Amino acid sequence: MLVRPKQGILDPQGEAVEASLRQLGFGVAQARIGRVVDLEVDAEDPASARAEVERMCEQLLANPLIESYEILVRENGA
Amino acid sequence: MSSPQPRIGVVQFPGSNDDRDVLWAFAALDAEAVLVWHEETELPDLDAVVLPGGFSYGDYLRCGAIARFSPAMSAVADFADAGGLVLGICNGFQILCEAGVLPGVLRPNASLSFVCRDVRVTVERADTPFTSRCEPGRELVVPVKHGEGCWFADDELYEQLLARNQVVLRYAEPVNGSLYDVAGVVNERGNVMGLMPHPEHAVDPLLGSADGALILASLVDAARDRALTTV
Repeated sequence: MLVRPKQGILDPQGEAVEASLRQLGFGVAQARIGRVVDLEVDAEDPASARAEVERMCEQLLANPLIESYEILVRENGA
Repeated sequence: MSSPQPRIGVVQFPGSNDDRDVLWAFAALDAEAVLVWHEETELPDLDAVVLPGGFSYGDYLRCGAIARFSPAMSAVADFADAGGLVLGICNGFQILCEAGVLPGVLRPNASLSFVCRDVRVTVERADTPFTSRCEPGRELVVPVKHGEGCWFADDELYEQLLARNQVVLRYAEPVNGSLYDVAGVVNERGNVMGLMPHPEHAVDPLLGSADGALILASLVDAARDRALTTV
């Protein structure tokens, strides 16, 4: 799952990286820095895995006041 | 009749580092302070609880995000729900915000630098159990030491807080990029407060300022009142 600072939320880390990239000569309009959490989940199917991770996001992995999240599910194993 | 010594619990998380400073400060202010280990599922008989500063559970993920699920925090939430006095200092403030007991969230300082120095804060409200020894508008000098003290709330939440008069302390100088210089807030009921500055580091003039004692002594007064009414 991906956690991002919500739109409109100041992201000083992203701003610092953006300034550095500009200094290196890259044409960057904006940089925003979030977080990736890779999770291995035992689940019946992708839908139930997604629902489980959704609950994890709500309870712990993201703070809804400042962060948005996106869940990407990939089937693994058997 | 002699006034009883109030009993104040200081929750000790793995990574707390101001717990003993808080104990020392309360002893200097004639209160009995006891440590409460984070794995305790029940609180002893207490008149107030303090969540001290530090880096609970390594502050992984987000500051306070893991600590809020510790067994002691469930007990603290119940204590607060029952009207008990709770003060969160620095990391303690972050934990209370993550737990949803206090409004807002503490984010990395706008400068991205750790800030460690005495700062001036203005007392916005003196009618709380945490500021009763101050006058409104009084400026206090209290140290901060944090990397993530930039308080934030969205517009809607902030308007609500203003309407309910929940902002208790504001920085009187730029410190960390906090929204509208908010340095300390209370819950709607007024029995839980969180602040980023460290009053426990400012209880003796020898350490540069004794202004922090006003906040802790206010809490001791309020806790003593509770102790009297429950005797």
